[in-house]
Amino acid sequence: MNPRMMFATARRVLEQLRHDHRSVALILVVPALLLAAVYYLFENETLPPGFPRTFDRVGLMMLAIFPFVVMFLVTSITMLRERTTGTLERLLTTPIHKADLLFGYAIAFSLMAALQSLVATAVAYWIFNLDIKGGPGYVVMIAVINAVLGVALGLLCSAFARTEFQAVQFMPVVVVPQILLCGLFVAREHMNGFLESISNVLPLTYSVDALQQIAGNTDATQAMWQDAVTMAGIVVAVLVLASFTLRRRTS
Amino acid sequence: MSHSSSGNSTSVNSTSGRAKPTGPAAVKATGVHVTRGRKKILRGIDFAIEPGRITGLLGPSGSGKTTLMRAVVGVQRLRAGAIEVLGRPAGTPSLRHVVGYVTQAPSVYPDLSVEANVRYFGAMHDAKASDAAEAIAAVGLEKLARQKTASLSGGEFSRVSLACALVSHPQLLVLDEPTVGLDPVLRAELWDRFAAMAATGTTLIVSSHVMEEASHCSSLLLLRDGLLLAQLSPTELSERGRSHDLEKAFLHIIQESESANRNASESQVAS
Repeated sequence: MNPRMMFATARRVLEQLRHDHRSVALILVVPALLLAAVYYLFENETLPPGFPRTFDRVGLMMLAIFPFVVMFLVTSITMLRERTTGTLERLLTTPIHKADLLFGYAIAFSLMAALQSLVATAVAYWIFNLDIKGGPGYVVMIAVINAVLGVALGLLCSAFARTEFQAVQFMPVVVVPQILLCGLFVAREHMNGFLESISNVLPLTYSVDALQQIAGNTDATQAMWQDAVTMAGIVVAVLVLASFTLRRRTS
Repeated sequence: MSHSSSGNSTSVNSTSGRAKPTGPAAVKATGVHVTRGRKKILRGIDFAIEPGRITGLLGPSGSGKTTLMRAVVGVQRLRAGAIEVLGRPAGTPSLRHVVGYVTQAPSVYPDLSVEANVRYFGAMHDAKASDAAEAIAAVGLEKLARQKTASLSGGEFSRVSLACALVSHPQLLVLDEPTVGLDPVLRAELWDRFAAMAATGTTLIVSSHVMEEASHCSSLLLLRDGLLLAQLSPTELSERGRSHDLEKAFLHIIQESESANRNASESQVAS
């Protein structure tokens, strides 16, 4: 590991992104707009007294799901470009370590993810009065871990796509099942055994669980930290897998 | 005629008056075989390249030039044989500091400025900002340094790719068709630059399928169908090919080797 190469990579990725205004808008503005849509969707719901608003449940989950989806998309395309334009092969002829490259990417995109969740969380709290017991700091933390998870999976999946079209096809395969089974639509304890066991091994499940812990408790719970650690472990495992797809020597 | 082709590559080396061995070879290949799927790309290549010289790698497209260059850089898996670069096996991690490689398709980031590209690749070699400026000036892009690479013309784009290799001051620079798509003036400038680099001790391997560029090299590797036809100097090429037009000379040598092969296989069938 060489910090200079790692930060040079992070800087380079951010600089590429800076020139791409549409992607910056996708990352920073779109989640807030979608959050507004969810808010107004449930604006006129009638609730029994003492029952939490749907927005407080769904809006909160979305704060974690956005960074995951957006970062997966942005990373898999960026990395695929790196693979297909020959810059990856060229980089691997230089002294850069694979970890410098992967962590450079992870640092750049988690910075963007942190900005994204700050904007989205601020909108949820101050404009739509998101009402949960736990603090917003923890929500942002889980959102950033989710974003890094999206980055890691994107780096890995880019190895199995030849074109950008194929890379986008991983969205329904990798991302949608996680959203369906994470407990957002149906609580996991109400799923049948088969679906629940799949849901147990999907990383997004743990972030939804962590957010439910944050929503229901004023202080950080043991369960929330466990979820966070589990996710961090999955991120490291996926990054290690991704590093195997970076080959210095090919046939 | 028939006996001349088998010993070509070695006999040229030993008889050439110019090729005095000046210490260890910068690149030494022995019995290099590369296959991709069932296709044999390189079928037993042997050569040695002296340091501080420009070596041209010439041959028709599909002859294995790029694969051979990739093998020298150490990114190509070999089926058999070995390549030694600057005294170490090709692909050794420490070689990544001293070997520069410019691929045929320019491999730079189109969404970054020229400067940002060169600085990024420079960061991999602890290069300073002054090194980046120097590399950009070397390819004549000072005025465009702040431009986005995507907005440049094809020739300028490939020069950015070259600058990204120059920034690290490599001891061995491997260039895959660096002059494709450049106008004659620029091409001449680049060859001058390569000559200047060789004069300061850099070893260059430059591939081309344009035979007229061969005259800029001090040594030539003629490749065809994954075999090394000959290693010789441009003068020797025109002598052996019996033409001052290097293109014609190369064609002559190809025909010569093919008729030799035919003779060899006929005699094999006969015995």
